[in-house]
Amino acid sequence: MYPPRFAYEAPRSLDQAQALLAEYGDEAKVLAGGQSLVPLLKLRFAAPAMLVDINNVPDLEYHRTASDGSLRVGALCRHADLERSTLLAQFPVMASAAPLVADPVVRHRGTLVGSVCHADPQGDWSAVLLALDASIVAVGPEGRRTIPMAEFVLGPFTPALRPGEIAIEAVIPPPQHQPAGSYFKLERRVGDFATAGAAVAVEMDGSRVTRAGIALTGVGTLGTRATAAEEALTGHELTDGSIAEAADAAAESANPQSDHRGSAQFKRHVVRTFVSRALHRVLDAPAGKAA
Amino acid sequence: MTAVDERKIGGLGTSRKRVEDDRFIRGKGNYVDDIVLPGMLHMEILRSPVAHARIKSIDTSRAWEVPGVHLVLTGEMAATRNLAWMPTLSYDTQAVLATDKVRFQGQEVAVVVADDPYIAKDACELIDVEYEPLPALVTPEQAIAEGAPVIRDDKAGQDDNLIYTWEVGDKDGTDRAFEQADVISKLRLHYPRSHPSPIEPCGSVADFNRATGKLTVYMTTQAPHIVRAAVAMIAELPEHMIRIVAPDIGGGFGNKVPVYPGYVCSILCSILLERPVKWIEDKTGNLISTGFARDMYLDSEMALSKDGKILGVRIRADADHGAFYADAQPSKFKIGLLHSTFACYDIPNAHLMARGVYTNKAPGGVAYRCSFRVTEAMFFQERMMHAAANDLGMDQAEFRRRNLVRDDQFPYRTPFGFLLDSGQYHKCLEVGLKAIDYDNFREQQKQARARGRLLGLGISTMTEPLGAGNSREFDILGIKMFDSAELRVHPTGKALLRIGSKTQGQGHETTFAQIVSHELGIPADDIVVEHGDTDTAPFGMGTYASRSTPVAGAATAMVARKIRAKARAIAAHLLEASEEDVEWELGRFYLRSSPERGVTIQECAMAAYGNMPDGMEPGLEHHAYYDPPNMTWPFAVYIATVEVDPETGVWDVLKVVAVDDCGVRINPMIVEGQIMGGLTEAYAMSSMQFQTYDAEGNCIGSNYMDYLLPSAWETPGFELHSEVVTPSPHHPIGAKGIGECAAVGGPAAFVNAVMDAISHTGVRNIDMPLLPDRVWEALNQRRDVSGAPPVRAED
Ligand SMILES: Cc1cc2nc3c(=O)[nH]c(=O)nc-3n(C[C@H](O)[C@H](O)[C@H](O)COP(=O)(O)OP(=O)(O)OC[C@H]3O[C@@H](n4cnc5c(N)ncnc54)[C@H](O)[C@@H]3O)c2cc1C
Repeated sequence: MYPPRFAYEAPRSLDQAQALLAEYGDEAKVLAGGQSLVPLLKLRFAAPAMLVDINNVPDLEYHRTASDGSLRVGALCRHADLERSTLLAQFPVMASAAPLVADPVVRHRGTLVGSVCHADPQGDWSAVLLALDASIVAVGPEGRRTIPMAEFVLGPFTPALRPGEIAIEAVIPPPQHQPAGSYFKLERRVGDFATAGAAVAVEMDGSRVTRAGIALTGVGTLGTRATAAEEALTGHELTDGSIAEAADAAAESANPQSDHRGSAQFKRHVVRTFVSRALHRVLDAPAGKAA
Repeated sequence: MTAVDERKIGGLGTSRKRVEDDRFIRGKGNYVDDIVLPGMLHMEILRSPVAHARIKSIDTSRAWEVPGVHLVLTGEMAATRNLAWMPTLSYDTQAVLATDKVRFQGQEVAVVVADDPYIAKDACELIDVEYEPLPALVTPEQAIAEGAPVIRDDKAGQDDNLIYTWEVGDKDGTDRAFEQADVISKLRLHYPRSHPSPIEPCGSVADFNRATGKLTVYMTTQAPHIVRAAVAMIAELPEHMIRIVAPDIGGGFGNKVPVYPGYVCSILCSILLERPVKWIEDKTGNLISTGFARDMYLDSEMALSKDGKILGVRIRADADHGAFYADAQPSKFKIGLLHSTFACYDIPNAHLMARGVYTNKAPGGVAYRCSFRVTEAMFFQERMMHAAANDLGMDQAEFRRRNLVRDDQFPYRTPFGFLLDSGQYHKCLEVGLKAIDYDNFREQQKQARARGRLLGLGISTMTEPLGAGNSREFDILGIKMFDSAELRVHPTGKALLRIGSKTQGQGHETTFAQIVSHELGIPADDIVVEHGDTDTAPFGMGTYASRSTPVAGAATAMVARKIRAKARAIAAHLLEASEEDVEWELGRFYLRSSPERGVTIQECAMAAYGNMPDGMEPGLEHHAYYDPPNMTWPFAVYIATVEVDPETGVWDVLKVVAVDDCGVRINPMIVEGQIMGGLTEAYAMSSMQFQTYDAEGNCIGSNYMDYLLPSAWETPGFELHSEVVTPSPHHPIGAKGIGECAAVGGPAAFVNAVMDAISHTGVRNIDMPLLPDRVWEALNQRRDVSGAPPVRAED
């Protein structure tokens, strides 16, 4: 691969990384897993003057449950770490998404935080984190701030990070009731981006839905939150009827484009099918068991 | 002393481990990109971003200014050396570097030679080309429409986009068959364009030495001798001063048969600069500009009697060749061996009419794991068979039983004039049906259908002409398609075999030694196999069309027999007997009268150098050229079962059964590897792998995110059957070739299975690949789905 010329630094601390980013501003790019950035360099679609490789920055590999029950995913936590994690029982939609992101090779390098920062409308984690009402913690010249996922993506490939800011972790709030749900993705082959995907995260009090988060992949230029579908579920019993209503509403909120992966009509139908399947899985699961 | 045990020396029929793998696994292979010569420079190609445009101007001044740049070459400069255009292997011309127009996206426009590839690439971006856009034509239909712009306005007398029409078969007889038919079954199909996509892209290191006048080119080629001849003609260099070396090759699949502009430019640059010049194509360059395969449209009719006999077949085919007619195929056959279609069925009448058309797409039409368009031939055949059985209301297996050539009909002459050598077609079909549990599956399918689940079964039965080919009919650039072998047995009984063919990963270094072992009893480990260097290898036509074993393999057996004949004379001398009294058993000559008195082949070898009979030339070396009397005809049955998800259009493969009769198996393990690889590619074609274009002629599939190849994750398992063996009657060791069968015959099994699963909709066809959206659309709209470009762009 013959990318354009760039300078490269691999700082050993977050402070050094920040100093480099402050110095180069717009001209610098953070390199995490490199699984999105390196292909862009290869194709010469990106031409940053400086790459700030954060892989030598200590203490970013973690993912852990904080004392408040929230899940914290550090900027160097790889997809594969999450795929093998034992901490995702409380976040079943994440557990089901982890093995569907990219392919096994890519999952060993790529990071969840990098994926969200890449802000690809077809990225899987963005939808999953949106459904879970997660937020991103960033540090930069103006200090530390927490950005809710709903505000994190400004447009395709445009995260709400300011020049010089590094995202250091994703925070996923703890469930208040029994968590359930799953992630469905239509791909043409393993490692393909989603033709359409649906992240369904619900919390159940018995057979009643206390919280519903539904977000879609690949069917809009921004992360698509299926608000109407969530409303059709929240506070109600989960039934065949409410599932059908939510699935239709989700399909309605999708804004897909017709392209070589399929027609808009097809993608909408896939969204309906996936939301319905994810919710039926919850309905059919033995009581008290996550699905 | 007794005969050598063939199983212990790695002879015929043993699953000897591949000797190549040791170096590959250890990272010690030697590919073109591994070659580094002193003073070597690097070349990069600037490609056209658009599919069809007039070139108004090219300004290279900024590129020349980049430090480290040695040469910026345009078509205009190449023209001064008469090298802006070159001949293709199909008697057309192809632009080396565009001068007047660009005719497909990715076409070579200029090259930069620099100290390293980064500099060369940077400088390429500084070349300013002004294009005046022209409408892009992406299908034959568009290209032959009234008023379409003429793509090849460079060719005198070419005032449309038609390349050829080609006809074969008996038109009148076929017309009569249709008059008598009870049922006429019609089908329109498109075999999508695909790219062989070897993992290693193309590349070359050209090294012209002004002092000696010799040009050495290390390059990714499956046919080094053809390239040498072509380079001699194109570059007007004396052939004895050209040496083509094809080192280890990272897959070819037909993609590395043609001569590409990149090779020619690297040669020209080396001549101009008098330094070695390396060109290594990137993946995108490989996918968008080098030899594609297929891209053929079919309009077909079958005349049938109501009891299920095929009375006649009528085929019209349009082949999309892209901007230049650059197929690598025998001269006589304009559309390859498409007329091998329906060869395995006993049909009285057939007629085929084909047209070749220029479009604004990459040139090629190479034989991707295929004996010259037999992939299209057999796919069309089996899709037509499937539709015809349904039209007749007849069981798929029964319809094939009623039409397959019977054992007592061999040798069988097909209506298109081929002669089938041998086979047990019915037996293979029954083995396959039993393995898939055919009758039970039909029952399960019925029950599943009642519960809303869509199961399907698809059958594909086929034979294919391999081993091109006899000198009466087969030549490339006027050179007949024989092949060759040279064998040197050294004094200590070790041997060097050189073959005219070239491996592209099939394991020739392993299997060709096994042929010699079988003939001479020398352990395979004592034989080294060399190929690919035109200065040392005997002249051969290369590896493609499953021709290595049928042709070069035959030459290998024949040269070993020549060696054995000489060794017999030496043995007689050593045993002080006459030749007639000497018998051969594997590895040893002995006296018929007293079998315990004998000499080994190794002892004969030593004597050939130290104790030969009076008057005999010393040494134990020979060569053989083999002109095959006929093609070899393997037969195969592929059956797949699938389940279709009606809500997403996704289909899963439940089981795949393959019954291959490829005659004698030299190395069963390698044969199985070939079948599995072929089935994987068949699955790929049917499910995801294709090259398409949007309305502007942009290639969708210029990288692996869009050009989809299956990985181990989605590739199904395969159940292989080897119990049917019909040796080829005319091949010296009875082998028929196996490199392609599964890739040729496999796709229809998968497609037929999906079509079977959704047969209740009345849909007759979904064009490959059967991507989920296409299957869903067929199910939902209850109509056939065409896969012809232009592809749906984002709206
Ligand atoms: C073959 C292949 C298949 C793939 N398939 C899928 C798929 O199916 N689904 C999917 O979701 N993804 C897929 N991906 C993308 C993959 O998930 C990436 O890992 C992910 O998108 C980016 O993570 P990364 O750590 O590799 O980021 P990088 O490539 O290192 O960076 C991506 C972008 O984010 C920025 N960035 C990264 N980390 C930070 C940070 N901490 N702070 C600020 N900015 C940052 C970078 O500057 C860059 O702009 C695929 C990638 C490949 C190569």
